[in-house]
Amino acid sequence: MSSQVKFTDFKSDKQPTWCPGCGDFGTMNGMMKALAETGNDPDNTFVVAGIGCSGKIGTYMHSYAIHGVHGRALPVGAGVKMANPDLEVMVAGGDGDGYSIGAGHFVHAVRRNVDMSYVVMDNRIYGLTKGQASPTSREDFETATTPDGPQQPPVNPLALALASGATFIAQSFSSDALRHQEIVRKAIEHDGFGFVNVFSPCVTFNDVDTYDYFRDSLVDLQETDYDPHDREAAKEKVLDADKEYMGVLYQDEESVPYEETHGLDSSMADIDDSGAPEGAMDLVREFY
Amino acid sequence: MPADFNWAIGGEAGDGIDSTGKIFAQALSRAGRHVFTSKDFASRIRGGYTAYKVRTSTEKVRSVVDRLDVLVALTPRTIEENLDELHEGSIIIYDGERTTMQDVEIPEGMIGLDVPLKSLAEDAGGAIMANVVALGAACEAADFDIEHLDSSLKKRFSDKGTALVENNKQAARLGQEHVQEHYADADLDYDLDTTDNDYVLLNGDEAIGMGAIAAGCKYYAGYPITPATDVMTYLKGRIENFGGHVVQAEDELAAINLALGAARAGARSMTATSGPGIDLMTETFGLVATSETPLVICDVMRSGPSTGMPTKQEQGDLNMMLYGGHGEIPRFVLAPTSVEECFWKTVEAFNLAEKYQTPVYLASDLAMAVTEQTFEPDAFDMDAVEIDRGKVVDEETIGEHQTESGGFKPHEITDDGISPRAFPGTEGGAHMSTGLEHDEQGRRTEDTEMRIEQVDKRNRKVETAREREDFSPREFGDADADNLIVTWGSNEGTLVEALEFLEEDGVDVRILSVPYLFPRPDLTEEFEAAEEVVVVECNATGQFADVLEHDTLQRVKRVNKYNGVQFKADELANEITEALAAGEGQEVQA
Ligand SMILES: Cc1ncc(C[n+]2csc(CCOP(=O)(O)OP(=O)(O)O)c2C)c(N)n1
Ligand code: SF4
Repeated sequence: MSSQVKFTDFKSDKQPTWCPGCGDFGTMNGMMKALAETGNDPDNTFVVAGIGCSGKIGTYMHSYAIHGVHGRALPVGAGVKMANPDLEVMVAGGDGDGYSIGAGHFVHAVRRNVDMSYVVMDNRIYGLTKGQASPTSREDFETATTPDGPQQPPVNPLALALASGATFIAQSFSSDALRHQEIVRKAIEHDGFGFVNVFSPCVTFNDVDTYDYFRDSLVDLQETDYDPHDREAAKEKVLDADKEYMGVLYQDEESVPYEETHGLDSSMADIDDSGAPEGAMDLVREFY
Repeated sequence: MPADFNWAIGGEAGDGIDSTGKIFAQALSRAGRHVFTSKDFASRIRGGYTAYKVRTSTEKVRSVVDRLDVLVALTPRTIEENLDELHEGSIIIYDGERTTMQDVEIPEGMIGLDVPLKSLAEDAGGAIMANVVALGAACEAADFDIEHLDSSLKKRFSDKGTALVENNKQAARLGQEHVQEHYADADLDYDLDTTDNDYVLLNGDEAIGMGAIAAGCKYYAGYPITPATDVMTYLKGRIENFGGHVVQAEDELAAINLALGAARAGARSMTATSGPGIDLMTETFGLVATSETPLVICDVMRSGPSTGMPTKQEQGDLNMMLYGGHGEIPRFVLAPTSVEECFWKTVEAFNLAEKYQTPVYLASDLAMAVTEQTFEPDAFDMDAVEIDRGKVVDEETIGEHQTESGGFKPHEITDDGISPRAFPGTEGGAHMSTGLEHDEQGRRTEDTEMRIEQVDKRNRKVETAREREDFSPREFGDADADNLIVTWGSNEGTLVEALEFLEEDGVDVRILSVPYLFPRPDLTEEFEAAEEVVVVECNATGQFADVLEHDTLQRVKRVNKYNGVQFKADELANEITEALAAGEGQEVQA
């Protein structure tokens, strides 16, 4: 089936209820195109989504999918992949979902290095709950629940990922369609946890981190002589307080995914349903 | 001479109490004796009193009793802690050279065997074997053939080299000889008969792990917590041999979500924790139920609330397992009633989970988790294990469950409430699972009719299960007795042993032990036939008693224990007699 797969095969028949102009449209299109481009089809793809406007992506895509609870998409994705390494697993969510309620899982998902991709639609706001500060909101970003701004520095997801031992770190921008698709494709192709922070503007609640802002400020690493395999260089980039970057910031080509280090190579769905597995009586003998 | 023999070793945590106790228990079991062990431990790694008790008999033993015949006391506190259980003629083995034991006084009527455990161990090759010297002394005191101990030492130490095994055997011999030489006159009135039977010795957590592998479980994710950790420890290193995998997650939230992911991928999947972990898992529990994912969640209960008493017994999580989670969620709650049943109920839990596509709580508890018991090996007859994966569809059959435009219906409205299930990778089966209310295809909906249809469909599984499964209680005692005693979980063994004491006192009872807490058997008829009903459980408020009163519209009497210690047979018999004699509405609290 895979040879004839079109990216539209990954579209569900549900019309997105995102606000017109929401960055998530572009983010999703890029994901579907990257999946099709890498030879996947809906029946071998598993998409796990979190909660939030971003989390609705699982509903609008067509594949095997689960729409989890807030902040917990990453462990679900890891469970799917470990149980069936033949599946292409993609996890998606928002900045609130991933870096606030799910921050703990983020660090551990990075360390665990399961071969899946994680796309965070970073709009620097809580969209679905209508405009509260998110962990990536600016220190002075005023919202109803933070009228004077959060007054705390934002989480730096790229630095967090690097510090946690990430083997693939990238950043993209939903409206730069070609570059975004290319970056997600690289995350899929990476042997391990492919993390992509996508600037995906919220046109309804965030009037600071807008399309214009990102278009004007983002530095495209691909147009420089940046080497993503140099961890020291990556450190400098992710900690740069003056500039934001687009592209692959770090990739460890030696990365060995979890499934490989743990010898997981076949689907656990196949069990012998005629009875206890062969040799099970040895388990009893052990207690003599 | 007592029919059964009770032995214990006690000291400080870190003194190697557990492993020594286990070596002795294994020696007894290999000698064809039945064994029931219990542990008394505090929630710390070093320091703090801890003991390992062994009750053994040529008959089956299912509970602890208030009696100690031989005690190895590594600290003075060990004697203090066990004074109530020691009796005239009890033997106390101690090391009078040990600084803390120098001035120890052996209570009147008891026999002290002063054995220089440490020096003799050094003679045998290392002070570390002091406890083994004590085991040798204990063998002599109980007239138990020391060769049985040899085989247990071999099992324990053989992968560390034959020299170590020999040294340990020698240490035991020195202990034995010391008693022979110095206490030849003491009247050591015990004789441990052996039999030709071969028993296996294991605890509830191990039985659950073994049941999981037998049932084809391939995936386990958990986070360490007493007393559930041993399930993970057991599976790790074994499940891999059967194509499975264990993950130590970053927390319980991750654990249940990892397990959920694996289950959606088609694996038989499980997590185990104790009360505090169940709290954390409860949100995802709702998702598991709504998305109709088969998952086994084991709660090895301990004293709550909050961190409570982590190393103490309680059955306080029943309400949480029955009702936990927002909204209304169909589920199964199974409670094994013995170590052996931990195995079988785990197998059943996986089958029910897949047949009905629901989460299944397996309610075990600390008393069962840390208790080792002997069984005939064929109590775990692997040939009797059956596996039912429920309504799984493949490429050929999936067409029957698709919409006209080819969309798969994972939440198809069916008469029995059970929908088809397609493992990812199945062509034509791609679908969405969600915690949101959804239509037959799994797509979000707020349509009022579909909402009702889906809720009813999920709840209908409970009715289907009531028709198709056998949820009968286990029955003991006198079927015609006017007094009905009802219990659940690990109390069964104690209650069955209490029967003997009750009979002695002329109290006839019928016992029902209920392993299915939801859906559960309807006991209305049994309650109506009885003059008195007493519900026995290890919690303060009588959670199961409440549920049964609700089901049967009949008041029951309650015997509750919640001091952190499981019931003892003789004590329980007294409590029941008191409850039966008490006026209506009076509660008896052990
Ligand atoms: C346990 C829990 N707490 C809170 C919520 C409410 N909630 C829904 S979405 C959301 C924030 C989502 O923000 P983000 O992840 O940034 O996604 P966005 O909507 O901006 O795409 C919150 C707090 C919830 N669903 N579950
Ligand atoms: S609220 Fe913001 S994030 Fe949500 S759909 Fe609208 S634009 Fe997108």
